[in-house]
Amino acid sequence: MNTTQAIELSNVDKRYDKAVVIDSINLRVNYGENFVLVGHNGAGKTTIIKLMLGLTQPSAGQVLVMGENPVNRSFSARRGVLGYLPESVSFYPHMTGLELLSYYARLKGVPNTEVGKCLEQVGLHAVATKRLHTYSKGMRQRLGLAQAILGTPELLFLDEPTTGLDPSLRRDFYRIIGALRTNGTTVVISSHSLNEIESQADRIALIRNGKLVACGSLEDLSRQVGLPVRTRLAVAPGHLARVTEQLERHFRIDQVNAHSIDLVCPLDKKISMLRHIADLGDAVLDISMTAPRLDEIYLHFMNGEKP
Amino acid sequence: MSQPQHTISILAAKEIRDGIRNRWVAATILLLGTLALTLSFLGSAPTGELKVAALEVSVVSLTSLSMYLLPLIALMLSFDALVGEFEHGTMLLLLTYPVERWQIIAGKFAGHSTILLVAILIGYGTTLAILILGNDGDTTGWQAYAAMMASSLLLGCVFLALGYLISSLASERAVAIGAAVAAWLVLVVFYDLGLLSALVLDEGRFISEGLFSALMLANPADAYRLFNFAGFEEIGRLVGLNDVDSGLVAPLVSMAVWVVVPFLLTVARFHKREL
Repeated sequence: MNTTQAIELSNVDKRYDKAVVIDSINLRVNYGENFVLVGHNGAGKTTIIKLMLGLTQPSAGQVLVMGENPVNRSFSARRGVLGYLPESVSFYPHMTGLELLSYYARLKGVPNTEVGKCLEQVGLHAVATKRLHTYSKGMRQRLGLAQAILGTPELLFLDEPTTGLDPSLRRDFYRIIGALRTNGTTVVISSHSLNEIESQADRIALIRNGKLVACGSLEDLSRQVGLPVRTRLAVAPGHLARVTEQLERHFRIDQVNAHSIDLVCPLDKKISMLRHIADLGDAVLDISMTAPRLDEIYLHFMNGEKP
Repeated sequence: MSQPQHTISILAAKEIRDGIRNRWVAATILLLGTLALTLSFLGSAPTGELKVAALEVSVVSLTSLSMYLLPLIALMLSFDALVGEFEHGTMLLLLTYPVERWQIIAGKFAGHSTILLVAILIGYGTTLAILILGNDGDTTGWQAYAAMMASSLLLGCVFLALGYLISSLASERAVAIGAAVAAWLVLVVFYDLGLLSALVLDEGRFISEGLFSALMLANPADAYRLFNFAGFEEIGRLVGLNDVDSGLVAPLVSMAVWVVVPFLLTVARFHKREL
């Protein structure tokens, strides 16, 4: 048993009849990590989460969660330390929020005092005694998160948790998840909202057509792709032509604007570019640099397919 | 971490609460109670007077009623137990909790059978009390009445288990309700008709007394009838069961098998189902 890895997928395949949904995936999620699955709709993110939860069996390969096969009957007892928010969460409509959460708390063996706390955390305290069929999509999603975080799970699975939520709700969501992470919770999130997720992720797995295309931190992925750093130089009046000419010898110029130049340079030439810019003296008034963003990395790996 | 018995009781409690909330409990009590009372008063009508009948007469009329009614009630309680949760999406979440699949079925079974128990106790129990009071406290035949109540619960459990099996096999609720009605028609209505037709056509060539008894016992609704009519020879003659001497144990065993086998098949089927 390997205790350093919370989740381990080794050569996992999942086929439905002849359709290959997951194709030889190898993944490791470390304890305490925020692991993000990124891919377009239908790429296999939800299936990977279901495999990790033991809701579906791999057609080939091995899935280990906390060192055990989650499909095993003996794993059932350990599910109390898991939290899961499905992509489209459904509840019993005739129950109230409080009743539902108390029911789930009893099943998880979590003391009932936790229920009120969770409802308060997700901001549903005031509507706790209302029936669930009166809840809006945002409220249902909050309740979904509340049940997932009952008893402070060791492993939290969130499948597209913020789809359809307004920006303030999204912020609340990530605030709550952030608080759990400081408690050591391992979080697996699937998403196709790249910009929203990149600041949250320790490591990112890019999934395309059931295959793992790349996996690593944002920096690792940037390096693998060799995406350039984008730099904008504000140039003093009258120096534009000279500066452009000098920089053109060493770097690719993306665009020349009225008072500025946009440069692109590979990550490994960043320092040398800065030296050249410094040599230009007072001709350069200001400089701003942008590191590669997840959406650019994604587009590169996915050959231009948008999430 | 919660114990298995504890998990089952949590799941059962939810089913009972659901049953109370959606008026299933109230409707079933009312239905059984009203029909039992009506039958008990009408039971003496052929004698020319409308008065409270003896307990034993009520056992016969209530058995004939329960044989049709309880299977239907039980199937309606259970047909969407699994397929409904799959279709609605609540099963997905439930299975990520520390709950084993057999416990989900056991929990639902415990909850639904409690609903039936309460309905039978109150619905038929009230009638029992009224009958005893109406006969100046004469309790003759109460054992037969109590046995009828207990076997009614067992019959209900048979059709609960069948309902779960249907629910585990059906791809959607609409299919499950169709299958439930079909199961009721086949086991409760057509089986006897078929057996009777076969008997008439056969003219005693192939269907021996033994085979006939076995075929009657093999059907849970008939087993229920055999059990409750066992003590009444004249009734047996009236309903055409005088040739079947099954005793009391065989019908109970038949019904118990009809609970256990569908239950186990449901568990096996449910374990194979992926989400």
